[in-house]
Amino acid sequence: MGSATKQRRVGLAAGLAMMAGAVAFGSAAAQAQTSVKIGYAISRTGPAAGGAAVTSIPNYELWVKEVNAAGGIKLGDKRVPIEVVQYDDRSSAEEAAKSLERLINQDKVDFILPPWGTGLNLAVGPILNKAGYPHLASTAVTDRAPELAKRWPNSFWLLGTSADASKTLVEMLVKLRGEGKIGDTVAMVSIADGFGIDLSAAARPALAAAKFKLAYDKTYPVGTQDLGPIVNEVKALNPDTFIAFSYPPDTIAITEQARISGFNPKVYYTGVGTAFPLFKAKFGANAEGVMGIGGWSGDSPAIKDYLARHKASAANGAEPDRWASAVTFASLQMLQQAIERVGKLDRAAVIKDLQTGSFDTVIGKVKFENNMPTKYWWVGQWQGGEFYGVAPSGNDGARQPILPKPAWKAQ
Amino acid sequence: MTNALLTGLVLGGMYALIAMGLTLQYGVARIMNLAYGEFLIGSAFASYFLFTGWAVNPLVGLIVIVPISFVISFLLYKIFLTPLVRRARTRDALEVDSILATFGLMFIVQGILLTMFGGAYFSYSFLAIPVTIVGEVLAMNRLVAFALAVVLGTVLYLLLTRTRIGTSIRAVAVDPASAPLVAINVPQLSALAFAAGGALVASAGVLISMFLTFSATSGVVFTMKALIVVVMGGIGNLMGCLVAGVLLGLSEALVATYIDPGLTIAVNFALFLGVLLVRPAGIFGKVAR
Repeated sequence: MGSATKQRRVGLAAGLAMMAGAVAFGSAAAQAQTSVKIGYAISRTGPAAGGAAVTSIPNYELWVKEVNAAGGIKLGDKRVPIEVVQYDDRSSAEEAAKSLERLINQDKVDFILPPWGTGLNLAVGPILNKAGYPHLASTAVTDRAPELAKRWPNSFWLLGTSADASKTLVEMLVKLRGEGKIGDTVAMVSIADGFGIDLSAAARPALAAAKFKLAYDKTYPVGTQDLGPIVNEVKALNPDTFIAFSYPPDTIAITEQARISGFNPKVYYTGVGTAFPLFKAKFGANAEGVMGIGGWSGDSPAIKDYLARHKASAANGAEPDRWASAVTFASLQMLQQAIERVGKLDRAAVIKDLQTGSFDTVIGKVKFENNMPTKYWWVGQWQGGEFYGVAPSGNDGARQPILPKPAWKAQ
Repeated sequence: MTNALLTGLVLGGMYALIAMGLTLQYGVARIMNLAYGEFLIGSAFASYFLFTGWAVNPLVGLIVIVPISFVISFLLYKIFLTPLVRRARTRDALEVDSILATFGLMFIVQGILLTMFGGAYFSYSFLAIPVTIVGEVLAMNRLVAFALAVVLGTVLYLLLTRTRIGTSIRAVAVDPASAPLVAINVPQLSALAFAAGGALVASAGVLISMFLTFSATSGVVFTMKALIVVVMGGIGNLMGCLVAGVLLGLSEALVATYIDPGLTIAVNFALFLGVLLVRPAGIFGKVAR
């Protein structure tokens, strides 16, 4: 059957019956919209489930809840509620691709929210590009972001590049050394997986260029169950700065081990998971002074309000993480504002608006340049029970880092 | 050196602890339980909620969680697995059937855990205090887990070697076809061994939850680890479990300290392969005739 016949038939059906959300062909024909179909495939199971459950799912749910409570997304002069279609991608790229094809071709959703994590966002990029859906990758950190944004103009990379992350960290260290707060020795460990490889690869030359002495530089495999040997060896080297580009379970394990071994460098920095509410819940007062990737403007009223709403909405009153959560929520606000400015479910126009417009979000005003934001939080620090952004220091709401890190307390 | 040895020993004890339950389930009951890790995570969650919700000390929690797990595993075997056991013509056929059945079970248990707790990571602090042993600092909770692993291993070893029921269990493990000839009730003992395995995995889950971060989906890691230890030590052999676990733990700690932490898993698997090349039935295993 030719697609033209198909299109006519659908048009006919839409005219006869009240076809809900039959905008699959992106036609400008005025149709009675009863819902905006938003689809997503997210990792409910598999290795990515831990990240998705903290950062993506609660924000998707909070956003849908809030938009629908307000009557829905404003299309022209009426509000249309959101209808959600969702699948489990089982943390697998093939499954994510299949689910997205299904969302696009069978469920014919109007917009698609991204999966969690760098790998899956890279995997679904071509599909969303081909089908012309906006792709707001809010949980992907990749050095290829600028290149991908060019290749797929529908894609937006809200978390930036790992090179930038490492560069900002080293810049902060240079500044601290200039102030006489730390010396030259740095110990670095990283997980032998995407995130750790990228960040350590970017940090190595940056540290060398800044004339830091890299006393320890080792990787460990995913699923290492005892990081004691690493921490003990690093402790023996007595570095001023400790950097771990780690994943959440290791972030917890390394910190636990550091506390037990009494390893307390002046700068103590860990990777993904430091910004998680779990970190604060687990370490309490011992989180004080710990630095990690991410951060947010904890003093901003918009963030405080977002934190309260998130806690009220999420299961068990869970708090958002202090890095990608707020960015994820901001990306949804941007999507909504773009749709409302366009006034109809025209994906090409929405992409155009995302590229050029400016947006009011929980993380402040955002305007993309080359499909990427201009400001990121790269280093945060736990200060008085909140994970404040400390670098880049030029960001609005950046706090001064507290150095040296206070000693671990006995529990 | 002492530090690497101590860390390795403690880690190895943990591996042995994880694997002891599986060696009973697989070696005696001949159920290759692929949902093993899920049961471990299940009891880790139970411990987490007893501790954070009611401030129940995980070691006290053991008293509650272990018997419950024993009963659950016993019922599971009686209701869910007995039809498979009846239908299987040979023990090898049972092994294949049980792999398929417990593969399904794995998704069910994981699904239940996900619905109840979501996919997020969980972790709590208990006995996370430094202890100094021969000048080296170790975590109290890991030491406690190690000590309990040793106690459980010893008790189980004595039960298996010194009691009548233990001897019968070993008889079933070694030669299930001939065991009935000396009036051993094989189905009953298999159920018992499976349930005892369930109790052991529950204790492992509780102890591990004291120091490892876990989520509803991290069970498969433990199934894999247990399987390696069991196969390496010799299926159904408790001593093999301990030796293989400690070997893996020591090699991991020594490699991490003296060579490169990046090679720990590679060395683990090399050791595993090496053992199987020399002794295909595992360190203490006897080749089936």
